[in-house]
Amino acid sequence: MSKTDTTETGRTADEAAGAQLSTAPQEDTAIGGPTLGVVGWIRWFWRQLTSMRVALILLFMLSLGAVPGSLIPQTSADELKVQAFKNAHETLTPLYEKLQFFDVYSSVWFSAIYILLFVSLIGCIVPRSWQFVGQLRSRPPGAPRRLDRLPAYTTWRTEAEPEQVREAALAVLKGRRFRAHTAGNAVAAEKGYLREVGNLAFHVALIVMLVAFAWGQLFKSEGGKLIVEGDGFSNTLTQYDDFKSGSQFGVDELEPFSFTLNSFNGTYEKNGPQRGTPRTFEAAVSYSQGGADKKAVIKVNEPLKVGDSKVYLIAHGYAPVVTVKDGRGKTVFHGAVPLLPIDNNITSTGAIKVMDGYRDKNGKKEQLGFQAFFVPTFAGAGKGTMFSQFPALDFPVMALTGFHGDLRVNSGLPQNVYQLDSSKMKQFAVTGGTGKANRLLPGETMTLPDGAGSITFEKDIKEWASFQISQQPGNGLALTGAIAAIAGLTGSLFIQRRRVWVRAARGEDGVTVVEMAGLGRSESAKLPEELAELAVMLTAQAPQAPEPAEAAAEEGAEK
Amino acid sequence: MILAATTNEGLAQMSNTLVYSSMAVYTLAFLAHIAEWVFGSRSKVGRTAAALTEQAATPAVTVKVKQAGGGTAVLDKPKIVTRSTAGTRDVPDGPGAAGGTVKGDLYGRIAVSLTVLAFAIEAAGVIARAVSVQRAPWGNMYEFSTTFSTVAVGVYLAFLVAGKNVRWIGLPLVTTVLLDLGVATTMLYTESDQLVPALDSYWLWIHVSTAIFCGAVLYLGAVATLLYLFRDSYENKLAGGGKPGAFARSVLERLPAAATLDKFAYRVNAAIFPLWTFTIIAGAIWAGDAWGRYWGWDAKEVWSFITWVGYAAYLHARATAGWKGRKAAYIALIAFGCFLFNYYGVNIFVSSKHSYAGV
Ligand code: HEM
Repeated sequence: MSKTDTTETGRTADEAAGAQLSTAPQEDTAIGGPTLGVVGWIRWFWRQLTSMRVALILLFMLSLGAVPGSLIPQTSADELKVQAFKNAHETLTPLYEKLQFFDVYSSVWFSAIYILLFVSLIGCIVPRSWQFVGQLRSRPPGAPRRLDRLPAYTTWRTEAEPEQVREAALAVLKGRRFRAHTAGNAVAAEKGYLREVGNLAFHVALIVMLVAFAWGQLFKSEGGKLIVEGDGFSNTLTQYDDFKSGSQFGVDELEPFSFTLNSFNGTYEKNGPQRGTPRTFEAAVSYSQGGADKKAVIKVNEPLKVGDSKVYLIAHGYAPVVTVKDGRGKTVFHGAVPLLPIDNNITSTGAIKVMDGYRDKNGKKEQLGFQAFFVPTFAGAGKGTMFSQFPALDFPVMALTGFHGDLRVNSGLPQNVYQLDSSKMKQFAVTGGTGKANRLLPGETMTLPDGAGSITFEKDIKEWASFQISQQPGNGLALTGAIAAIAGLTGSLFIQRRRVWVRAARGEDGVTVVEMAGLGRSESAKLPEELAELAVMLTAQAPQAPEPAEAAAEEGAEK
Repeated sequence: MILAATTNEGLAQMSNTLVYSSMAVYTLAFLAHIAEWVFGSRSKVGRTAAALTEQAATPAVTVKVKQAGGGTAVLDKPKIVTRSTAGTRDVPDGPGAAGGTVKGDLYGRIAVSLTVLAFAIEAAGVIARAVSVQRAPWGNMYEFSTTFSTVAVGVYLAFLVAGKNVRWIGLPLVTTVLLDLGVATTMLYTESDQLVPALDSYWLWIHVSTAIFCGAVLYLGAVATLLYLFRDSYENKLAGGGKPGAFARSVLERLPAAATLDKFAYRVNAAIFPLWTFTIIAGAIWAGDAWGRYWGWDAKEVWSFITWVGYAAYLHARATAGWKGRKAAYIALIAFGCFLFNYYGVNIFVSSKHSYAGV
């Protein structure tokens, strides 16, 4: 806040008056390190770390460091995409892996940046808070020698006595809720301390949010489960399709509850250019926490809350019901087979695996597998495409390719339930159809060649929905931090901290000269206006004297 | 929101017509602004202002006092003398695009009137679109873009109504509004329709409306920052005894002083920063409801975060010795660049959970 002043006295006076109008740390402009040994170096390092300049650089690095994670697929978001990327970029992958570019936000270097930033932040907040408490305890600094050099200034002459003027000024300023006191021949006043409070609160709130976020990461759990209409789920580890949890999460902390998917209902735009875009997704469930069943509807933006857990609707698809019989007509498989959508119109693929109970016509044990390709709305025979035309069940068709042999489910490797490993299997000869697969309508049966049995595409096509069940503590804390941050920030940016001085002294001709000046943290049009209002209030008790010596006053305002 | 409501074809059609009409009127406003600058360049007033007068303009503040009867009296005393703080040059603001010429000023006024008209038409277009689908008109990029430029112009006009000296924004603003609408109607156009379920939430109203508002205001801040950089180097050159080129002398000298532009940009950016913070938090709460985690480092989230940190860095730079002025201005421009990338770049090029907005 110092001026480009030439007079040494003027400068120091101004600096004293403007000093501590905030609690921003003073910049350490000395170049090079100290010569004080280890302790000196540590102190120097600490001072650097907690300086505004380094905070600025760290902020910059934080935003720069966040960039790669938005452009390169991240393991935490989509493992399959990461795998695809790795396959496609063989030379880049080792480099990226070394730089932890597939896990940017938990990488060592990203953590280092934000941990340093937060250490710097704490190292900044603590001394600033003390400094601020000190400022609150002490009184506003006395008036600088030359008030006319301050950003807003006014002066007039009055018949009132200087003491009277000062008393009146003290009353006026206190009436406007300034902290004010008389020092020498001037009244010093300050207002707007809430700015500093807000600023400190904001920075503390940032720490609270970080702690809440870290807490949530450590104690969270998150699992996925695909459920076909009519089926249920109970919240134990073994029931999940996939499950992730923070390092401090204990399995016994899973909220005990269960639910059943009664029905899934999806509707889609029927006409217009956005034909096929989803309009509603609703999963009707009944759930219980040990007691009686309760009913609920889970929508995309409306998760089901059970205790500390939330159940989110994530995806949906179709699960055609099929019946497989062996050559003697014995049913060896009957059930709904969830298929995975591969496009927006829910063209779906999957595998039907008959693991036990099947014997071929010679009575030999064997396994059956079918590759299924399903479309809810078929384009029509001869239309050239087997892809779905619409996401709803308007004209469902399923194409099946059958295999027999060994499914290799016991090969030791985890097997994808939606894919068929046909390396140890023989394809059944196809009769009719496209030559590769048989197309079935609901209710139709495909007979396997040579009395190997049959598979029926039942009329009842079920839908499935997949859910994410998550438990994340610390949300309340994060929200509290967020609200405090916004409130603090608002105070910090919209409240002006400013000082006002009123000097009243007898002039050379014996008439009292009143000088008023204001100084703010940043230049603001409001400051002169406020000063003018205060001056008007003061002139009520220190009215302007006639102007015999206009020149004298002007001399005072000259620079 | 009534999802079952069928879109009203007639209203949607009308909305399109209104948006096209507003483009036509904006084009006229653009031409009028050009005329304002051209006529203003012939003025002598501007030329004399080019000299860097150290003598500060000392605007006197007069106080209006409410009187008992309810009227106001203007006290011409006390006269408050204001000075700039250290480090800023006491340079008076330029005379504005019209350069003090009557003709230039006339065209300037015509341009503003046309902008008001275009704004009204465009706003009607946005509202017609909203009514036609019975939801907030923020379901896809076409709708974001039209709302965005409407809000930007609205804020500019609000500044004018409030008596702020912002007419210098007129030409750059109208130019970019035309660009924005051009891109929206040709490349981003999406038929009026219902929302996908993922967007069907009252958080759409809260989160997206504040995001658009923040973007529009930050855009005005960015324009001011950019002009500040030009004007500042112009003043530096003059102060160093250099001779700026003819273009700089004609155009830059008519702009407000660098200090004024910088202050405007700071106020705008600082005022919007808490709202931008709120926007991100509202988005996080929505994400918590929709996807089961409030923060997942999705591309959109990452770039909002980067933008936020960028503006925080800008505010810090303003409070750090040696970083005020041009360096802080560069940071502000980078931060706004991040905002833009978050909108165009992430929506179009990066796959993100937010990509169902329908380009
Ligand atoms: C997590 C990173 C941080 C963020 C997002 C952040 C953000 C902000 C914001 C938005 C402001 C308001 C600016 C204003 O009042 O004009 C501010 C002010 C301030 N920050 Fe930070 N800050 C961070 C870290 C730090 C650190 C590490 C320090 C200490 C070196 C620091 C010191 C300050 C000071 C002294 C001010 C007040 C400046 C003034 O009075 O104008 N901040 N910060």
